[in-house]
Amino acid sequence: MRTISRSGVAVTVAIVAGLVAFPFVFQANWVVNIAVFTMMYAGLATAWNLLGGYSGYISLGNAAFFGVGAYAIANLFPTSGGPPGATPFLIVPLVGLAVAILSLPIGWIAFRTRGVTFAIVTISLLFVAQTLAFLLHSFTKGSQGMGVGVPLFPVETYERPFYLALLAIFVFAVLLCWYVRRSKLGLALFAIRDDEDRALGLGVDTEVAKLLTFAMSLGITAMIGGVWAYYITYIYPQFAVDPLVTIGMVLMVYLGGRGTLWGPLLGALLLVPAQQLLAQNATTARWYLILYSGVFLLVILLLPRGIIPSVQDLASRLRAGRHRGTSPPEAAVPPVQTEAVP
Amino acid sequence: MRLFVQAVILGLLAGGVYALMASGLTLAFGIMRVINVAQGVMIILGAYLSYTLFTRFSIDPFLSVLIVVPVVFVLGVVIELIFIRPLRPSDRESLSLLVTWAVALGIEGVLGLVYSTTYRSTIPSYANGSWRIGGFVILQVQVYAFAFSVVILTLLGLVLAKTRFGRAVRGTVQNPASAALLGVDERRVAAIGFGLSVATAAAAGAVYGVVTPFNPGSHYDLISLLLTIIVLGGMGSLPGTVVAAMLMGVSQALLATYISPTSAKLTFFILLIAILVVRPQGLFGAVERGKL
Repeated sequence: MRTISRSGVAVTVAIVAGLVAFPFVFQANWVVNIAVFTMMYAGLATAWNLLGGYSGYISLGNAAFFGVGAYAIANLFPTSGGPPGATPFLIVPLVGLAVAILSLPIGWIAFRTRGVTFAIVTISLLFVAQTLAFLLHSFTKGSQGMGVGVPLFPVETYERPFYLALLAIFVFAVLLCWYVRRSKLGLALFAIRDDEDRALGLGVDTEVAKLLTFAMSLGITAMIGGVWAYYITYIYPQFAVDPLVTIGMVLMVYLGGRGTLWGPLLGALLLVPAQQLLAQNATTARWYLILYSGVFLLVILLLPRGIIPSVQDLASRLRAGRHRGTSPPEAAVPPVQTEAVP
Repeated sequence: MRLFVQAVILGLLAGGVYALMASGLTLAFGIMRVINVAQGVMIILGAYLSYTLFTRFSIDPFLSVLIVVPVVFVLGVVIELIFIRPLRPSDRESLSLLVTWAVALGIEGVLGLVYSTTYRSTIPSYANGSWRIGGFVILQVQVYAFAFSVVILTLLGLVLAKTRFGRAVRGTVQNPASAALLGVDERRVAAIGFGLSVATAAAAGAVYGVVTPFNPGSHYDLISLLLTIIVLGGMGSLPGTVVAAMLMGVSQALLATYISPTSAKLTFFILLIAILVVRPQGLFGAVERGKL
């Protein structure tokens, strides 16, 4: 277990302070609106990275739990109940906890498979959740959509509370990741990623490690879904359970760097503003899918390990070149995948 | 009982087309360990190409396959060369899933630009004809689609069993290293195999467009169904895929008959959960590399 480095703490404090200050410096509604979605995806991607980046299990079903969180908030705070103010933000953690518990039996079944079959099972989860969102009228009102009580925050700073709530969830997710990476659980996850059978043979309780991480990741995802529903105040099945939300969070993690602490945030900062600007214009919105696909293909082909690990590699190679004879400094981030040592 | 038999007949007819759609996925996974999420969009692409050939040049959808299949075959080879070949073998399985998903999004986007998102359907003159056999109503189109699928699957089976290329494919599936030692060009097998696998999807798509209305987003419905079928069939076994596809078709038809048509959309998930609890390796659990 590594000790807490002072520079790591400084970086964390600087990033969080910058993110907190953002909506107070840039107050235009449209800017903060983009910031809300950026923070939403930063949180989603960080939660995905917890399982996908650290254990190597690619879950493509996270958007299903995003939808569960969204519909939970919509049901708890219906339009008829009057303006709920800040109450939903306080309920959201409970929704997250409930979804984390709910995800355990689902995870137990899904983790009977490994590798690519696990990914397939979780994709199916996503599609079944979307179908259910259309079918379960009593919980979702089907395709006609469902309203959430309008918060009635002051218009000039309407987006700010949502931004801060999503930022809080994001910071919670980062701290959780940071804690997990330093704990025995993190070691178990890295061992699973490198060689699950060997980890099992060495006495790692892989089942518990995977289930616990699955639940944490999905709990956070559901919390973000809840805040999202309250923000947009009217939700439809095709947007609450959207395959593009899953592909978005995975893309951001791959862009920033799988298994890194800040990679998901970096990916979200680079992609979401572009995505939001495109979506605002009807003609460019039609190019949205093509652009998304293009960026994804380029990232995987040109930067398969993501930006942060590639930059770190480059930096340590440069340093090693300067001090010939000294061994290159140990990378701060564990390698993303195991590669055969030549 | 009558209802039951009617549902089973409908289910088997649908299952035949599913088998054709899923066989390409199994082939690609067997040869290259690649999960092709774009298989669904290839079906829809086939459906659109055939739709265009029918509405513009009044070419019968079943004949249009002669044009659609070569076009999509070439597209598949190009996709393999550009996007799948560069993936490192160590994480090819999981990355292929994401890369082909991205390809699927791109093609969905292009189809949306060209055709808009309105639902289309290829409607030849015989589209609504039906036969009455012993009191059971059977749509002609479904029988044609089933027969067509059987023919294409048989052709595929013959290619794999009898030709030099087929032997190279089977060798690669069983043991890529020794196949390469024996002079099989694995890269060529991969490119042609991937082209072939998406070409079968496009062939299935041409008939799918006659049986079912579709739009660019329809591929999501298809891919969830197809992925479940190959998991049920045991990942990489062709006979397993065919049996699983039939099972899927029949269960879907039974659920639609006895419970409700909407609940039939959940069939794939119910089957998947059931099989994972009882037998995680699938019905024909060839988890290790082995026979196709």
